[in-house]
This record gives sequence, C-alpha cells and structure tokens, in this order.
Amino acid sequence: MAIARVAEPSGSLSDVKEWGLDREDLFEIYRNMLTTRGVEERGHILYRQGKIPGSFYTGRGNEASAVGVAMAMTTEDVGTPLHRDMGVHITRGVEPWRIFAQYMGRQDGPTHGRDGNVHMADERLGLIAMVSHLPAMLPVAVGCALAFRIREEQRVAVAWSGEGAMARGDAHEGMNFAGVRKLPVVFICDNNQWAYSTPSHLEYAVEHLADRAQAYGFDGVVVDGTDVLAVYREAKYAIEKARDGGGPTLIECQTLRMEGHAVHDDAFYVPKELFEKWAERDPIERYRTWLRENIEMTDDEEDEIGTYVKKLLNDALHRAEESPLPDPSTLLEGVYATPEDLDTPHHK
Amino acid sequence: MPEKTYLQAISDGIRQEMRRDKRVFVLGEDVGVYGGAFKVTLGFQEEFGSWRVLDMPLSETAIMGGATGAAIMGLRPVAEMQFADFVSCAWDHLVTVAAKQRWRVGTPVPIVLRLPSGGGFSGGPFHSQNPESSFAHIPGLKCVCPATPEDAKGLIVAAIEDPNPVLFFEHKHLYRRIKGEVPDERYVTPIGKARTHREGEEVSVITWGAMVYTAEEAAKLLPDASIEIIDLRTIMPWDKEAVLASARKTSKVLVLHEDTRTGGFGAEIAATIAEEAFEELDAPVKRLAAPDTPVPFSPVLEKAFIPQVDDVVGALKELIAY
Repeated sequence: MAIARVAEPSGSLSDVKEWGLDREDLFEIYRNMLTTRGVEERGHILYRQGKIPGSFYTGRGNEASAVGVAMAMTTEDVGTPLHRDMGVHITRGVEPWRIFAQYMGRQDGPTHGRDGNVHMADERLGLIAMVSHLPAMLPVAVGCALAFRIREEQRVAVAWSGEGAMARGDAHEGMNFAGVRKLPVVFICDNNQWAYSTPSHLEYAVEHLADRAQAYGFDGVVVDGTDVLAVYREAKYAIEKARDGGGPTLIECQTLRMEGHAVHDDAFYVPKELFEKWAERDPIERYRTWLRENIEMTDDEEDEIGTYVKKLLNDALHRAEESPLPDPSTLLEGVYATPEDLDTPHHK
Repeated sequence: MPEKTYLQAISDGIRQEMRRDKRVFVLGEDVGVYGGAFKVTLGFQEEFGSWRVLDMPLSETAIMGGATGAAIMGLRPVAEMQFADFVSCAWDHLVTVAAKQRWRVGTPVPIVLRLPSGGGFSGGPFHSQNPESSFAHIPGLKCVCPATPEDAKGLIVAAIEDPNPVLFFEHKHLYRRIKGEVPDERYVTPIGKARTHREGEEVSVITWGAMVYTAEEAAKLLPDASIEIIDLRTIMPWDKEAVLASARKTSKVLVLHEDTRTGGFGAEIAATIAEEAFEELDAPVKRLAAPDTPVPFSPVLEKAFIPQVDDVVGALKELIAY
C-alpha cells in the first residue's frame, strides 16, 4: 500500500491555464524537450565520430521530468541537476553550443575542459555543477535552502537524485535535516528503474521511494515522469509550498532509462518488452499528442518549432567545433579561489 | 594584553567575526544549547539565535554538504566536527565537492571546518587522530594547525575570511592547558607563514600544533645546545622558505609531528629539504612521529605512541652528535 500520493495525469487545457501556463509556455516546454533530446542525439553522433573523449551519458526518456521541474522553478531558485537532467540546463538557458563544447573538452564549455559530460553548470543561471558521487549534490542543495532560510529569502532549492543514489547515506542525511528544519527544498527522484545494471528491486524495498518522505516528516508524491504537465503541476505545487514555509516535498518521477548507463553500455540486461512498453510512452511524443489534441497545435507551428531546434543545434555544433582546446599552461590556475572570486553579487 | 586560553582565543575570534559579518554562522553537533563538546561556542546561541548557531542532527555529511551549499549561496559557514576523527564521515563532501568546485567550475566555496584533533588524554583510536596530512594532499583545501592562543585567534579569522575551504585543526590538548596574550582587537594571522618559536643556531625542529611545546621542553633540557623551533602554523600552504632558511642556517633538521610517520606531512617537508637544501646539510634530515598504528587508549600505550619530550631529546642528541 503506497504511502505517498500518486499524482493524477496531466489535465485539460482549463487545468493548464489555472496553473498559469499560456500557449507560448506550452510551446516553450515542447521546444525545450526537443532541444534536450536533440543535444543528446547529436552528442551521440559526436561520440561515434570520436570527437568526445571519455564516455557519454544521456537522459533519453527523462526529458519530461527534467523540463517539467525546471519550468516550475523561478529564476531566483537554484538547482543541482544530474546527468539525466539535460532538460534542466536547456530550460534554465544554457546555450547548446557551450554544452557541445563541454562534451568535446573545449575551452568554451562551462568547465573549460576541466570536467566532462554533464558535469557542468552555469552558476549565473542558478545551477550548481554535479559530481560523480551520487547523490552528493542533495545535501548541497539542502545547504542552499538553509542559506535562503537564514537570510529569510523567498527562494527554493531543487535537489535531484536517481533511484539508485537514494540508497546512499547522503540522501538520508540531507532529507532528514531538511525535514527537521522545514527547509525550502524540493527533492526530485528520477526513478528510471535501473542503477547502471541493477534493477530497482535490488535497490530499495518500499513500494515507492516517495513513501520515504513520510519518515522525514514531509509529503511524498509519485508522478508519471513521461507526463510533462503532470510533472510541472506537482513541481510547481511543491516549490510554491516550500517557498511559503511549508517545508520539503519528495517527488518521484517514474520513467525508464531508454538507453544504457552510458554510451558503452547496450543495456542487454533490460528486458526488451520493457523498452517496448515504455517506448509507447515516449515523453515527447506524448506531449506532442497532447498539444495537438488540447491546444490544436498546427502543422505549421510544429514545423516552426522543429526547424528552430534543428537550426539552433546545427549552429551550435559548428560553433562548438570552432572552440579552441584549453591551453595546458592554464592547468594550475584556480585550484584556490582568490578574494576577487568572491566579488559576485551573492557574496556581498 | 589579556591572557587567554587557546580555546577562548578560538571562541573570541569566531564571535568577533559573527558580530561584524552577518554571513558568518556556525553549524555542528551540540554547538548551540550545549556550546559545543569543548564549549568553544558557549553562549553563541543566546547571542546570535538558533538560525546562526545550528544544532545539527548527527549527520556529518549533511553538515559538510550543507555548509558547501550555504557557502556557494554566499554565506560563511563555520562548521564543526565534534572530533576531527569524524571528518571521515564528511570526507566526500569536503574532498569531492568543496575542494574541487573552484577549479572545475569557478565557484569559490568559503568554508571553515573546525576539527578538534590530537591525543594525550586517552581518547582512544577515534577521538585522538591528527588527520591533517590526508587533507594537505588534496588540491583545493587549506590546512591550519595553530599552536598558540594568539595564532589560534588570528588564524580562525584568516580562515573565515579566506575564499576557500579551510580545515582548522585545533589541538584538544592545548585547549585549556596553553594560555597566552591575545589582543582584544580584530587581527588576521596570514595563512602560509611560519613562526620562529625559538631561535637557535645548531639544530632546527620543524613542527606544528602541540608538538611545538614538546619540542620546547626538550630544548630546555639541552641548555648547551642552540635549538631553533619553527612552528609551521599552517601546513597547506606551508612556509617552505622559512623552513629552508632555518635548514640552511643550522644545517641539521628534525621534523616532528604527532600524526603517524608514513605519508605524514613531515615526509613532504623532509623531501623538500633534501631536494632544495641537500648541499647545506650536515646530517640527514631526521623524522620523529607517531608509529604507524591507530592511536591507543591505555595511558601507557598512548605515551609510547605520541612523541614524548625524551624522544625529542634523544633525536636532537643524535643530530647534534652526527
């Protein structure tokens, strides 16, 4: 018996208007989801061309979950998206050419070649760069929320974790402390059912990970992570509740990781039928159908968005390939921060 | 100048910074109502309230991760591990997140992590360690190990001011045992500058923390020898120039620390002297440190573990005779 609330599917157009989304917002969601998938598909091609060193990770299947949550955040809010959450970077405004430059280890990537993959973030856009140790960023997001609470700011932090990383102590310590102090933080668990090759039943024994929220003294919600509007609604509600002093929420977004852990992994261990079943719930296709049926998105409107995204990404690829490689003589720079580094608005 | 204990000096330094800078706050286990296990933050919660002096759950990961997030958002957390030994539970956040964020993505993480460290009172294997060399090895972290009350205050202020994660190793055995003159006004002791604790011509002792006093007592037992004691004060960054200058002056060097020997920070110092001042040495650099075992509990065993005054006297005699 589930303890967490199981969220309703996305609603009608009148529901959507009630949540504050207009037609342009709805198209923006679609554009962000398409851009997210497009970035990762082109990343795959770059990888196969040998242009991406190391490995390559995508979040195929998680586009609705990432974009839906990010759309519910305000510009003042902050977040710690992970490697399946490219949609968060896209929605917050990270330019795709910088992401390609990051993939290729070029100077113009957000980390200037110092780190790879989605280990990046633009702090000016309210994002904090992840590390590989999951969910290490969860307590960090809780710390951001603590700063907001100490300064009595009306801001919210969003902490991402996968279902696999929820097995680690960081998740427990972070959520427990956030619950104790009713901090303005929302926990998003991207439950894509596979931690590398390990299935969920070997990762946790509760019915839903969101059931754990009750043990920390706050609400848990399970939502279909392929339903972008349902994700948006639940994230919006939780974020505004946190902003109003109502404390944290744990939202579990249920998806399936539609590819291997990384590009080297063919996911042979995932039953084929499972892929087939979830392919029918492709988040982008689902949302496209919803737009067609509920706001009568025309062929022209759809084409316009598709063309825009295609051009954006093609231009981005060219620009990224022109980005220089980082200069090895700069390797020693910036190991330690200088007082000038603190010369930013939020360190005053 | 008023005389203060080492502990009071640390407390005064944090309190002064909290009064002048609203961004500074304290978090740790039992730091609020109880005033900290050693009472460093006694009375802080009454003065600054429960949101600037946070009693944390027993969650070192949340303390360190929380401090990291708050620092990135522009606050100046002063976090406490109840004992330095428990920093193992915060290692990931300190080493994986905080230490690398500036270099990776340009985000400074100004945190002070207070670490009551060191043995000498039967704390046993989990309440007595000196883990400074583990962290000196991590690019992006600074390690501070004051020996005197005056430095303890000046260095805690410097640590709070510093835009990096700074580990502040405060030696528990010095807390109430060591007193000294401490200015009332605010001052900063620079991180990375050694202090000559005692001037001499014949042998240099390079050390830090509680071992400064062990070396001093040993020097007093050798009145005919001219022994110089360099108190490093901070080991990352460390004052290479001061160490090399002393080595060149005396030509004989004893590196002394309370941490265990293999891979201890003394190895780095000895190697540097060998690389850069070999020609000016009259004897091989000598190391005196704890043996490579966990810290024992029983007083007789602990005495055999921590370098004692007699051990230092013996090592100095060997160097003098060389």
